[in-house]
Amino acid sequence: MRHPTRLIPLAVTLLACAFLLVPIVQSVLAGLTVNYFRGLSSGLTLKWVGEVWGLYASSILLSIWLALACLAVTLVLGVPAAYALARRPGRAARVLEEFISLPLAVPGLALALALLQLYGSYSGFRTSWAFILVGHVLYTLPFMVRSVLAVLAAIDLKTLEEGAATLGAGPARRFVDIVVPNALPGILAGALTVVTLSIGEFNLTWMLHTPYLKTLPVGLADSYASMRLEIASAYTLVFFVMIVPLLVAMQWASARAQRILS
Amino acid sequence: MTLSLSRVAKTFAGGTKALLPTDLTIAPGEILSLLGPSGCGKTTLLRIIAGLEQPDPGARVLFDGEEVTALPVERRRIGMVFQSYALFPNMSVRANIGYGLKMQGLARADIDARVDEVTALCQLQPYASRAVTALSGGQRQRVALARAIAPRPRVLLLDEPLSALDAALRGQLRDELALLLRSFGITAIFVTHDQDEAMAIADRVAVMRAGQVAQIGTPETLYRNPTSGFVARFVGGAMPLRGRVTGDHLHLPGGALRLRPGAAGQQVFVRAEDIRLDPEGPLAARVEAVTFLGTHYRLALSGAAPDLLTALHAGHSAPRPGEAVRLSIAPDALLSLPAEDHA
Ligand SMILES: Nc1ncnc2c1ncn2[C@@H]1O[C@H](COP(=O)(O)OP(=O)(O)OP(=O)(O)O)[C@@H](O)[C@H]1O
Ligand SMILES: [Mg+2]
Repeated sequence: MRHPTRLIPLAVTLLACAFLLVPIVQSVLAGLTVNYFRGLSSGLTLKWVGEVWGLYASSILLSIWLALACLAVTLVLGVPAAYALARRPGRAARVLEEFISLPLAVPGLALALALLQLYGSYSGFRTSWAFILVGHVLYTLPFMVRSVLAVLAAIDLKTLEEGAATLGAGPARRFVDIVVPNALPGILAGALTVVTLSIGEFNLTWMLHTPYLKTLPVGLADSYASMRLEIASAYTLVFFVMIVPLLVAMQWASARAQRILS
Repeated sequence: MTLSLSRVAKTFAGGTKALLPTDLTIAPGEILSLLGPSGCGKTTLLRIIAGLEQPDPGARVLFDGEEVTALPVERRRIGMVFQSYALFPNMSVRANIGYGLKMQGLARADIDARVDEVTALCQLQPYASRAVTALSGGQRQRVALARAIAPRPRVLLLDEPLSALDAALRGQLRDELALLLRSFGITAIFVTHDQDEAMAIADRVAVMRAGQVAQIGTPETLYRNPTSGFVARFVGGAMPLRGRVTGDHLHLPGGALRLRPGAAGQQVFVRAEDIRLDPEGPLAARVEAVTFLGTHYRLALSGAAPDLLTALHAGHSAPRPGEAVRLSIAPDALLSLPAEDHA
């Protein structure tokens, strides 16, 4: 028998969902209606989405490019770093592990300020996309290292490597044949996290960007400030279409990596 | 391959002397077992031979006269079966077995042929394409063995390969493993702390104690002519008979036993199977407990010696707990050995 009080949690949950979803749905609809002030009755259109593409295509492409470059750099730096940390049981390695995570504790704005102070005077570098990339790598690297390290710490890496060594595999072969394949779930989860964070990053990027180098979220802020509401809303829609599948994939990959850990 | 070790020792970073300077020579095709209690340095010695652990300066490891002490493990051409098997979870059974051959740079067809051969030898054909995570403990053990022998190593090293299995399976696989190792005909070193395993598999057994080889010899030698009380106890479970030796007699609380000449100042040991129930026997004892073991009874006896003695009694009936019995022990069955520094 269902008592009315049992329905209260359900109602609260639904309300909370509505609280989150209604603005999103409204914003998405605004980007698809012909005239927002006359409402849905004015009809639906893809015109605004097209205009967003016309105005901000470079931002969208820059973000994708930055995310991929950031992924490449964090893979090249993060996987060997996690491996080195996993192989060293000492105290020094644990301290280093905390040190790598430090950028997580520092607000993006502070990180950006530090980068500007350090490199601001190298104008060639300051105005290139590589400058933003450095910020993104600093911000996302801890996520890659942590994710790979968690998986490596859960397997008996030392014995597996010793097994490969007795069969004639040198250090490089062991890394390629044993370490990387067994760390793959962690690498995948880390990679999706890095791409998602890089595409969505605003605080740090906003400080580092130049008028000619706007990323997706920076462009979004720009469109809110200077474009008509329908265009800004259509931009939100574009942003969602890019980020939501990434978020879903990230959830799936972390759940998969978690299964290995347990 | 002839394997020789000279002055091989290992002191760990914390100062633990896991292995004291040890010399050892193993003939081609010989199967040697390292037997000893936990922590006596068996794994350390095996890992030094493999090249997974660096010995203290001054040590020399020779493979057929060639010095390999400084050679890294991947260039020593050894095969190793780990206690935990260390199978690669990212590879199938076949890929695991073929990994060493791939590292040797063999052609695809040669690898396949050799993997087929070894798979058949180890009776793994039904599982060849499975993931190693989908195997039972006994099957994993055989994959680990197949993987180690596939590249035809110069020496095969096994670290307690049966200890991860349950008792029933262990007994069965012990005999299988003994047969397989004989059929490979390669030099092998086998670590165990189970004397039955060592006896069943090895040509010679090295009994280790606290980082040293206490005695090395064939299973029969170790059993019949142990050179120390430790070996007598560890191999065949000999029990000390603490008493006073005068002339050729040993005086115990339950009576006096005749000894072979020359036992003065030595400690006397006896094995459970050499104690007989004998109404005319010189020793008086009391039965404390009786366990029926199918082929015989195991009796716990008090009063004959200061410690409780265990006797094996074959026959259709046994005395009951509490009964007084008399025992005899043939002088030839008493082992007189140098007194142990600690008992
Ligand atoms: N990496 C290490 N660092 C410090 N001490 C070690 C290390 N490995 C082993 N030891 C010590 O060396 C001694 C011998 O260890 P070893 O592993 O060789 O014993 P074992 O005979 O194989 O024992 P078991 O039968 O329990 O496997 C032990 O006292 C052990 O604590
Ligand atoms: Mg060991």
